[in-house]
Amino acid sequence: MNTPSNKLLVTAHGDREVRIVRTFDAPRRLVFDAFTQPALVRRWLTGPDGWSLPVCEIDLRPGGTFRYVWKNTEGTEMGMGGTYREIDAPDRIVHEELFDEDWTGGQTEVTTLFVEAGGRTTVTTTVIYSSTETRDAVLKSPMESGIAIGYDRLEGMLASEFAK
Amino acid sequence: MTPSERLDATFAALADPTRRAILARLALGEASVLELAEPFAMSQPAVSKHLKVLERAGLVSRSRDAQRRPCRIELDPLAEATDWLKDYRKLWEANFARLDTLLEELKADAATQPSTTHPTDLTTKED
Repeated sequence: MNTPSNKLLVTAHGDREVRIVRTFDAPRRLVFDAFTQPALVRRWLTGPDGWSLPVCEIDLRPGGTFRYVWKNTEGTEMGMGGTYREIDAPDRIVHEELFDEDWTGGQTEVTTLFVEAGGRTTVTTTVIYSSTETRDAVLKSPMESGIAIGYDRLEGMLASEFAK
Repeated sequence: MTPSERLDATFAALADPTRRAILARLALGEASVLELAEPFAMSQPAVSKHLKVLERAGLVSRSRDAQRRPCRIELDPLAEATDWLKDYRKLWEANFARLDTLLEELKADAATQPSTTHPTDLTTKED
């Protein structure tokens, strides 16, 4: 069931923030578990097509760390980890995270809020990036920013821009 | 440069339409400053200025030997940001669609196996 209000919202706030809002047809306790129990996280936070999350370690307490490693069918790995700052189950989690490749130019701070109403739960994730440039690059389409483009896509984009 | 400074330089370099057009031209092959200036109806110093920004960001390199010092596009700084963010929105839509499915399963499980912490009836049976 995916009612119109379950639409994903991704918006910019302030200079360095991105806010992601999504409502789920489930009570908060279940949604919180799905975000924090490794066995459950591994089933949905798998990233783009062809990727899985073979490593998912979560020590859910203030000062506790977490570690995710994604892997694609070609064997390429992408790791990310961080530290929990605040845990207020099942309302709120604040953590810091950093990808091994550090494409975000330093740590990002992430606040996740879980709000239940009428048996449904709205999750609001606020990500604070290290700079406005990084934030904007995350939000803009690859065509605009040039970030995150594989060689093929980049070539196509440049060719079409040159053809204008 | 730190990774952060390098990313800032890359994004700043790409923020300008003329510089993106220069990169577009270089994606087709090496070119001298003179060759680059021509299609843009720009002076050579103006093009040189843009090239300096692109060079600083590591997006363009210039050969040292030949007199014309052709410019070449360097794709590594762009590739650094990986496939991961190809489309941020699509990534989260896919993740959350899977989460919807998982939550439906969890709800079904919870319905068939009532939690032991479920508050028992408050009315006391008196026999």
